[in-house]
Amino acid sequence: MSKQTALLEFIVRHADNNLILGHRLSEWCSRGPFLEEDIATTNIALDNIGQARLLYTYAGEVEGKARTEDDFAYWRTHEQFTNAIITELPNGDFAVTTARQLFFSAYAYVLNEALQKSADATLAAYATKALKETQYHLRHCSEWVVRLGDGTEESKRRMQSAIDELWPYTNDLFAVTSNDKTLIEDGTIPDLKSLKGKWTEIVTEVITRATLIMPDLNAFQHEGSRVGKHTEHLSYLIGEMQSVTRAYPGAKW
Amino acid sequence: MGEIHHLPVANKNTSGEIWEILRSVVDPEIPVLTVVDMGIIRDVVQTPDAVEVSITPTYSGCPAMEAIGTDIKTALQQKGYSNVSIKSILSPAWTTEWITEEGKAKMQAYGIAPPETETAEKGVLFGKTKTVTCPRCKSQHTTMISNFGSTACKALWKCEDCKEPFDYFKCI
Repeated sequence: MSKQTALLEFIVRHADNNLILGHRLSEWCSRGPFLEEDIATTNIALDNIGQARLLYTYAGEVEGKARTEDDFAYWRTHEQFTNAIITELPNGDFAVTTARQLFFSAYAYVLNEALQKSADATLAAYATKALKETQYHLRHCSEWVVRLGDGTEESKRRMQSAIDELWPYTNDLFAVTSNDKTLIEDGTIPDLKSLKGKWTEIVTEVITRATLIMPDLNAFQHEGSRVGKHTEHLSYLIGEMQSVTRAYPGAKW
Repeated sequence: MGEIHHLPVANKNTSGEIWEILRSVVDPEIPVLTVVDMGIIRDVVQTPDAVEVSITPTYSGCPAMEAIGTDIKTALQQKGYSNVSIKSILSPAWTTEWITEEGKAKMQAYGIAPPETETAEKGVLFGKTKTVTCPRCKSQHTTMISNFGSTACKALWKCEDCKEPFDYFKCI
């Protein structure tokens, strides 16, 4: 396993995370609970998709086979995507989307904070930029978790249920493969497992402030997204996302 | 935090004419501002038969960046520079600190509250909300409606005195 392959795999994983989550968030467009939140959710989607674009473009350079960001996004099959499972899950109700955003944004925050120090200049530049946007995402969804958790009986019930439902998909965000080893050793990437502690602190603070109950830290966790294991939801998502490109290959605006 | 990166207004490699042309290229979303006001232009390298303009994206997903790149190319080509290339660079990361004072004044006159302080919000979780001045009546009695507004870079606020809503250009 060459460094180039390991690096490519890492970059694509994070690009996939952002693209798939961005796609799910974009599904709220015109369906938000009220206009301002519709706009906020799609704004966040746009940040994620933009981050995916930057990463896919870099992936293409690292790979050196002239694959473009569109090739990565639209011309791979669903088995080839390595996004974390939590990003592909259906949006559910607003509480589920908010819980997913909390878990993911807290992860993106600790990851980008560490990745800013990467020995790879492009990854460091990307992370420095992405961190600024992630801070806004994290603050926004954290405030919602608190409003809903410390809200009415119904909002509390839904918010707790959403946290419990998504909790088994959180470990998968921190999955480390054997290919990561070279990248960790030379300072290209942080050891994702070492970021889990800070993530747990952030998430615990928000959930506690929301007067909700933290799930069991030792509960069962789904795994396998980095080796291509996904839920049944991903293939439908990819099918829809790629439908226009595949119907009109080579089309230009 | 690190040093503030300023772009030299002109260096001996690029003609003043190119900078004048760049100062005529407006931000498609906020047409009272130019790409120079926004701090989007990071470098210009001119050789006898080519011009390379380096720009930096404001937000990762900013959809105006492609239009800006095209507009820069078109503006230069219309003035006779036939071989123009646009390069996008990520580092140092774009910050609202690079928006010129002139740019901020134009923004306010246009009805957008300019970024109030020099750095992005430090409080990641539950930080204090900043004080924003209403661009119309200049009151500081204002409230945030949503931190995500009409575009990636703006938040939606309202003024409790004149009762008008307005966009606020977020610090980043």
